[in-house]
This record gives sequence, C-alpha cells and structure tokens, in this order.
Amino acid sequence: MAYSKKVLDHYENPRNVGTLDKNKINVGTGLVGAPECGDVMRLQIEVDPETQRIIDAKFKTFGCGSAIASSSLATEWIIGKTVDEAMQLNNMDIVEELALPPVKIHCSVLAEDAVKAAINDYRVKNGLPPIAVEEPASQNVNN
Amino acid sequence: MKFPIYLDNSATTPVDPRVLEAMLPYFKEKFGNASSRSHSFGWIAEEAVDYAREQVARLIQADPKEIIFTSGATESNNLALKGVFEMYQSKGNHIITVVTEHKCVLEAARHLERQGAEITYLPVNSKGEIDLSQLEDAIRPTTVLISVMYANNEIGVIHPIREISAIAERHGVLLHTDATQAAGKVPIDVKKEGIHLLSMSAHKMYGPKGVGCLYVRRRNPRVKVTAQMDGGGHERGMRSGTLNVPGIVGFGAACEICSREMKQEAERLSYLRNKLEIALLQIEEVALNGSTENRLPHLTNLSFKWVEGEGLMMAFNKDIAVSSGSACTSASLEPSYVLKALGLGDELAHSSIRFSLGRFNTEEEIDYTIERVTDAVQRLREMSPLWEMYKEGIDLKTVEFRPH
Repeated sequence: MAYSKKVLDHYENPRNVGTLDKNKINVGTGLVGAPECGDVMRLQIEVDPETQRIIDAKFKTFGCGSAIASSSLATEWIIGKTVDEAMQLNNMDIVEELALPPVKIHCSVLAEDAVKAAINDYRVKNGLPPIAVEEPASQNVNN
Repeated sequence: MKFPIYLDNSATTPVDPRVLEAMLPYFKEKFGNASSRSHSFGWIAEEAVDYAREQVARLIQADPKEIIFTSGATESNNLALKGVFEMYQSKGNHIITVVTEHKCVLEAARHLERQGAEITYLPVNSKGEIDLSQLEDAIRPTTVLISVMYANNEIGVIHPIREISAIAERHGVLLHTDATQAAGKVPIDVKKEGIHLLSMSAHKMYGPKGVGCLYVRRRNPRVKVTAQMDGGGHERGMRSGTLNVPGIVGFGAACEICSREMKQEAERLSYLRNKLEIALLQIEEVALNGSTENRLPHLTNLSFKWVEGEGLMMAFNKDIAVSSGSACTSASLEPSYVLKALGLGDELAHSSIRFSLGRFNTEEEIDYTIERVTDAVQRLREMSPLWEMYKEGIDLKTVEFRPH
C-alpha cells in the first residue's frame, strides 16, 4: 500500500517526539493501544494553568507509519489550543488530513483516544472529573 | 548499486534473463497448442513441453511422466489434498498436516473438513519443528495422507522429510510435500526421500508466474489423484486445460539453471544471509525466529523488539524491499500465524521482518541493508514508548494497556 505524502512527511519528520515530565501537575499523559495489537501511543500535554492552553505536547508511538503520522499530527494540532478545544479533536479530521485508507482508520482513532486520555489525566490530577469519552467513529471491525 | 534492493525473494523472484530468452519464441512463432497432433505448430509445442518436463523432473530426480503441470503451487497443493482425499475415500478420510503450512494447504484442508474429512493439524515447537513421534501417534487406520511442507516460507525451517516418509511408509500412508520454497534452493530427491506427491512453483525459482507442477509418483506405489478440473484429460487425466507452453518452457529452463547452479548459489547466499543476520543480531534486543540448524540458505526472520514491523519497514522500503509478519501488512490485520505458532507473543510477531535473498543480490546490497536497517531500528526506538519503558526497566506485563 502506498502512503500519502502527508503520512510520509510526518513519518520522516515527526513533530514533537519526546517525553514530558509526567510527575508535573500540569502535565497530562495518555497511554493507549496495546503491544499485542501492534500499536501503542503515548501522548502528553503540558497545560498553562492560567489560560488552560496546551503549551507543549509530545508523543512516542510504537506502530505503523500511519500510527506515527496520526500521533505526530495530533500533537501539532493541539499545541496552542485550550484543553476544551483539544477535547473536540475528531479522528475523522486526521483521516482526512492524512488521507488514511480504511484499514488505517484505527490509527486515527488511537490518536484521538490518546489526546483525550492525556486531557483526562490532566483533569484528574487537577481535581477535575474526567470527561466521558464517546466511542470514536469508524472503529475497524477487526479491532 | 541499483535501487530498490529486492530482499523478498521468498515472495517471488524476478525471471532470469536466460529463462525469458527461452520463453520468447513460444509467444511468437512457436505459439502452437501442445495438444494439436495434426500439424507442426502442435508438434513443436509438444516437443518443448516434453523437454521442459525432463528439466523439471531432473531437478527433483523424478521421472518426466510423473510431472503434472499446473498453474502454480496453490493449484498443486489443492490438487494433492483434494485429489488424494477423493481418490482414496474408500481407504479413509483422515489427513495430517501442520499448523505452519501455507494458507493454500490449510484452506484446502478446511474445505475438505466441510466435505467430511478429519484433519489433524500438528503443532510446532519454538523453532518451528514438528515432533516426529507426535506425527506417528496421529496416524490412524483411516489416515490417507500426510502433508508437510519441505521448507517454511516465513522462517525457512526445513522439515525432516526422510524421517517423515519413513513413518508414512511404515503405516502405508501417502506423503505430500509443498516444496515451493525449497525446490531449486536445496537438493531434493523424491525417490530417495520417499516423497509421493510434491508441489512446486516456477516463480519462486526465477521462472515465470502462473506455472508450477505437482509430482505424482508412478511406481512403488502408483499414486493417483482425482482431477479437480474437468476437461480434455490433459496431464494423464489429472489436470485438464491447454498447456501454458511459454510458461512451462520457462519453468523448465529455470529448473535446469537451478540444478546446475544450486550448490554454489546456496553457498553464496548462506554467506550473505549469515553476514546480514550476524550484523543485525548485534543490535540490542533482536531475536531470530525459527531453527538455525535445518533451514533454507537464503532466508532469515528477525524480530526487532519494541518497534513495529511495518513502521520499521517504512523507514527503508523506498530503497529495500522486505516483508513483515506485522498485522499491518496483511489484509486480515492479524499478525503472522506462523510466528504465533512458534509461541511468539503477538507483539514479537508484529516486530518481525523476513529478509529473503536471491540470485541477483550482491554483497554490496547486503552491506547497505545492514546499515539502513540498523539506523532505522535506532530511529524507531527513539520514537517508541515501549523501548523507553524497557530502558527504564519497566516490566511491560505490569503496564495497563488499553487494547482497542
């Protein structure tokens, strides 16, 4: 299967690879996926407590090129957004931007899950209730 | 060096220019139907097929009359299993095979199960080997066939065909072997090895796609298979259909080259394979899949722990073509059933890459591959949360993952 130019670009020049200090109160960490499924994403956000804006985001992903590109794109999109805005991230926007084929839609779902898990981790750390996360659209039947 | 470098020779091989040269006249001026008995076009085609049949037979020490040309190994394997099952129904309905067989054997077996066959799927150990006493114990009075591949396509493990045939012989059971990966790569002698049926395919040995054969023994014992296609009764009634003359000519030429060059080629390829394998095993946390004692000379299957196979391949697949046991490369999204049968966890199956070398690979290409793969593993690990956890000494079994 051929990859889209945008997937290749994110794969070759991934944005925001790295690790934030998970012990900091204003850092939220989301770890989603499982090694036996072939993808694990860890996505972290650092939030400015005053403005509730995401001032930094980092990821590390074990997975295929589409999974790496989806998480890279997600970090790029959420930096500068408020936590509430980032919570609106929709996996189908990732699918569209990266032109993911149907078998790779689960990569975008995972990226959305990772962002939401990081936000909820941040919320819980800061005494806020986690936001219920809906099942993202278009789950692949095989997963 | 020419790019991309092709290291997926177990999937298919390029046609050798000498093979192509032999085939070309049979597309043009020598286009006759080998069954046309009334004119020279037919005679010329028939003569070419007869010659190819000898070339193919010689590769496996068979008699030319024992070669049934088919469209390839999938058809040959189907013909062997289904044809034996139908032909020997009065004797029994039990077939023994192995969990690591190619899908076409396993699916043909499943098909027969729906027709009332009983199938035993033998397991393999962590090296991909079967237990011979388990095989013998599985034989019943109703067993008609044992089907064990000569060498495995993913890990290259060679099964002990001589020992298996001795068991088959003792119990009066037929032995079929899918030799798609082994034929032309390692010496095969159907008589000495006691093989009754053997499948092979031209495109795995520098011949064209769409042609292969089933060896069906004619003496001691005389083996028959029920045809799976009705028609004009070609190929001793076992496989009807106008013969693919150019394909068969190419198959014959490919077999002859392999017969002649196999020995030196196997030495050259095992040297290159070993060089690649030793270098890649130098990388931390890389594991070799399958036995190293009895295996094909040109193949190695490695798991690069904590990186996903497809993600890894993407780092170099513009320049180097290999294949992976990762789910992401298959239509089913399931990781390799062969690697899982060895007891590898899904995560290791996802991290595996098969390198299969061939006639046209050079040492320079192998050196380049070592460098590129080593770099890619390092780069992908820097991006892998699992590698980070492993390096921090976190036991991944204690981490709560959320399978999706």
